[in-house]
Amino acid sequence: MTAQLIIFYLLGAATVLSSLGVVLTRNVVHAAFMLLVALLAVAGIFLVAVAEFLALAQILIYGGAVTVVVLFAIMLTRTDDQPRADHSQRALAMLAAIGVFGLLVVAFVVSDVASLESATGVATDGETGFENLALGLFTDWAIPFEMASLVLLVALIGAIMLARNLEDGE
Amino acid sequence: MSFTDILFAFAGLFGLFSALAVGVLSLTWLERKTLARIQQRAGPSVVGPHGLLQPFADAMKLVTKEDIIPAYADKLLFWMAPVFVAIPAFLIWLAIPFGDGIAVRMLDLGLLYVVAISGIGVVGLLMGGWASSSRYSMLGGLRAAAQLVSYEIPIVIVILSIAVLVQSLSLDAVIAGNTITVGEATRDLPGQGLIPFAFVMPMGFVIFFIAGLAELGRTPFDIHHAESEVVGGPFVEYSGAHWAVFFLAEYLNTFVISALIVVLFFGGWSWPSPPESIFGHDLSGTTTNFVGGAWFVFKSYIVAVTIFWIRGTYPRLRIDQLMTFAWQVLIPLSFVNFVLIAVVLFYDWPLWMMPTLSLPILIGAVIGVQRGRGVRGRPQTVRVLRRSAGEIGRPMPNAPTQTQIAGEGHAGD
Repeated sequence: MTAQLIIFYLLGAATVLSSLGVVLTRNVVHAAFMLLVALLAVAGIFLVAVAEFLALAQILIYGGAVTVVVLFAIMLTRTDDQPRADHSQRALAMLAAIGVFGLLVVAFVVSDVASLESATGVATDGETGFENLALGLFTDWAIPFEMASLVLLVALIGAIMLARNLEDGE
Repeated sequence: MSFTDILFAFAGLFGLFSALAVGVLSLTWLERKTLARIQQRAGPSVVGPHGLLQPFADAMKLVTKEDIIPAYADKLLFWMAPVFVAIPAFLIWLAIPFGDGIAVRMLDLGLLYVVAISGIGVVGLLMGGWASSSRYSMLGGLRAAAQLVSYEIPIVIVILSIAVLVQSLSLDAVIAGNTITVGEATRDLPGQGLIPFAFVMPMGFVIFFIAGLAELGRTPFDIHHAESEVVGGPFVEYSGAHWAVFFLAEYLNTFVISALIVVLFFGGWSWPSPPESIFGHDLSGTTTNFVGGAWFVFKSYIVAVTIFWIRGTYPRLRIDQLMTFAWQVLIPLSFVNFVLIAVVLFYDWPLWMMPTLSLPILIGAVIGVQRGRGVRGRPQTVRVLRRSAGEIGRPMPNAPTQTQIAGEGHAGD
């Protein structure tokens, strides 16, 4: 067993345990912090897989930004005044979660991961991986990339519109 | 990775962290002396010559002080918060080059690493603010998060502009230069040993410096632990060693922002190039690296003193001014800077076009901010006070109620 494998299993265990914590804890703020731990552990797994760029992007976007936004939303809506868990939708939520998880597993089993690299033409390992990724993103995959940013922009404007109406009451 | 590699990594980490601890202690002394000079006091002067041993005495005091945890605090998160702030502050230093190729770990993605790691500290502040279960802490934590997330954007865009300029994300290339290819044209970008990027990208430098101050939460951007508003912000309930760890992180971050300003805009170890010989002693080869490293640290201290100087001389901004400034001034300016550098490189213009184009924009922005200051930034309360001062004895037309005044203050957020 190599050192990489041991680190991978440790990080994997951390990811799984903290993800379980996100779902099982009654305290929403604790759940948000567990989410942070899970996301950082995934970044660690990326590092073990020598995908430095992915790991740093994961830390930057999920560790730094997304968690802060989630925490912000929770803290500003003052969850302490409300009942801590919503029991009425539990069965439905479980069903949805299991369905999505099953879909993911099926997708993972059906798709041939090994041949993905040749399909996208993007080798992400080694020193040139980052450069290849950039070239791929801005040439062959430019339109999906721009679509993603468009979706984000729409979400941003939508959020601003919603917040404005609530605040001014105009 | 062999055993010796691991051993070297540990030795490097140990050396770096010890050096950083000394650096932090010296910075606290330096800050107190600088502030004292500005405020016409003597500053620390009792322990040791010129109070030089004061930081050690302070550290002793803080570590042996009683560590109070509030009864209603969330114990685990309360414990973890200072750690969450301090670890990223240490980790950033792994990628900072002290000399030609000398860093604990020379990363290909150094610029991205610095940006990514520095983003985690915010979570620690939010965590501390929430776990203390105190309103002041909570408000301080939320303010810190809002402020740090906003000011991170201009910093990232400026770092991105530098990455575009040197066509690399490695901090080594930022200092030593690179061969860059834009479209068909290839040119050698000389390292910062010749021209530091502060002169190539003056606007980027100004944006980075201001946003860096805000990222540190130092005056004039210390609204999240402003004594007169939220007492100590996320740190109110902390005492003893925990509090010390928070402030260790704060000084580490001050040092790292200073170091980053030196690396990104003032050539790190290379500008002005360290002397080849001193008093007849040849300094070429390995010794040059030590001289370069000392030079780099010296320049970082100069930037740190500038930051302390600003703290001593500027009043604190209000939270709405702070957020307006980030979103309406710094972020658009950083985008302008980014587009400018891309245009200059794409059309293969000489690099001096960059300052000639950006300086007028920068000066225009400064004038614009000065002019617009009284108009948009003035809160309702000030207007009400002025009006009531002029019309004493008469009822104010459409006098706003208390809740309206309180609500107006947040409108600009």
